[in-house]
Amino acid sequence: MSEYVLQTNNLGISFGGLKAVQNVNLAIKEHQIYGLIGPNGAGKTTIFNLLTGVYMPTYGDFSLCGESLVGLSQEKINHHGIARTFQNIRLFNNMTVVRNVMVGLAHQPEYKCDLLSSILHLPRHRKTEYAMRERAKEILKIFDLYDERNAIACNLPYGKQRKLEIARALATKPKLILLDEPAAGMNPNETAELMDTIRFIRDSFNVTVLLIEHDMKFVSGLCDELTVLNFGTVLAQGKTDEVLKNPEVIKAYIGG
Amino acid sequence: MKIIEIIISGLNIGVIYAMIALGYTMVYGIAKLLNFAHGDIIMVGGYAICVFCAMSGSRTFFFVSIVAAVIICTVLGIVVERVAYRPLRGATPIAVLITAIGISYLLQSLAQIIFGSAQRYVTVPDLGKIMIGSLGIKWSTIITLAASVIVMVSLSLFVKYSRIGRAMIAVSEDRGASQLMGINVNIIITITFAIGSALAALAGLFYLLQSPYITNTFGAMPGIKAFTAAVIGGIGSIPGAMIGSLVLGLIESICDTIVPIAPYKDAIEFSILIIILLVKPTGLLGKVRREKV
Repeated sequence: MSEYVLQTNNLGISFGGLKAVQNVNLAIKEHQIYGLIGPNGAGKTTIFNLLTGVYMPTYGDFSLCGESLVGLSQEKINHHGIARTFQNIRLFNNMTVVRNVMVGLAHQPEYKCDLLSSILHLPRHRKTEYAMRERAKEILKIFDLYDERNAIACNLPYGKQRKLEIARALATKPKLILLDEPAAGMNPNETAELMDTIRFIRDSFNVTVLLIEHDMKFVSGLCDELTVLNFGTVLAQGKTDEVLKNPEVIKAYIGG
Repeated sequence: MKIIEIIISGLNIGVIYAMIALGYTMVYGIAKLLNFAHGDIIMVGGYAICVFCAMSGSRTFFFVSIVAAVIICTVLGIVVERVAYRPLRGATPIAVLITAIGISYLLQSLAQIIFGSAQRYVTVPDLGKIMIGSLGIKWSTIITLAASVIVMVSLSLFVKYSRIGRAMIAVSEDRGASQLMGINVNIIITITFAIGSALAALAGLFYLLQSPYITNTFGAMPGIKAFTAAVIGGIGSIPGAMIGSLVLGLIESICDTIVPIAPYKDAIEFSILIIILLVKPTGLLGKVRREKV
């Protein structure tokens, strides 16, 4: 067991000749809330895509709790314990709220159900489905979405869709959850509430959080450590308050 | 009485189209590809029944041949997906479309090599008629209707209430997000092809019950018609495929009874497709696809 939940080792990717991300070394400890910031186009979402298997890294590797996950398919990586949300919300729009969460739950060993029982609706299927639905409802209660459980996902207001996306990701029981701009488009009240929610899920779901965000107040109030990316490389790394004082970082952001 | 006859015959054709259209629409909805080889799976199912029936004339053997045809088609569907479509996942849709057409011709040519190009008679048992008043309904029609309704209802329930069905809907909504939520997309697509092909085998059987002759292009026209029905209903939608098929079946049966226009029934059906698409480009039950910005 490594002391780090996520560790990347010179992680990088090239698209054709373009080095989109290179030499990224992250080391995230258990229970941390870790921020990944940087100007637009710095490669933040690309790193999320590398960590979830959407892209294959060209260089380097990464490991979750000491186990290398490079080259695994997206669903395998998810089964190992990395879940994510998306910059532009990607819910299953025409499903109900509770079913969105159930999709995330379906791969937990305790709800496993063989193909035959599932096709023939044998008691085992009914039992696991029931347990799964109950668990989904519990998760929805945490996110204050219980009353909307039978609503169609795309009819939820924006802030609730963001929450549901986090709930769905947590349903896959990750060790590490990647949040891509969770506060985007939220008003100050919603943002403050989201900060509490993220701290709460870290404690109650026992997850480590890696998040991308542009809202500096959000980042400085929430993250233990930061990595700043600029043009695909690491500009600064370390404790949040120190990093945000770094003149290089200020220059990259303000463009001096 | 005439009207009832027209409706029954329309429903008969309609449910057969529905069996095929469901395969098109599910594969399109979930794998986002137009499987133009789907019609030829019907032909393979037909030949399977033909071969097994020829081995023995008995009725029990006829049922064995149905099971065999379903199994053969299911396996064929899975193999085609595995060999021809899976390597192209992520390729441009045109490449996949051309491959599908290639598979279609491959299956037709193989059938021609094995069974020759002459029409064959399939010794399906004659099940006779039942008389309701002055109205004679063939048993084969009743069986077709009953079996199709059972299949369609169970398929709808399966997709709506089972775990695999839920995963299918998730994949059809957002393949990337489903994968990142732990769904094995390859397995879901394989199951979809398996179901679609099994339904195609049943469609082949129902066709043979209507007219027991088969050639290597047996599946081509029903395939195109069912595809039309799926588009009319809104491709990607399961109830849409059923409704589109019934609409098309009824139109076909009405055209058949009006002697002067009967020869033009295909032209009429495809014209209706064009008109429906002009008025409602997504088909009757199709959803408007919102572009991501």
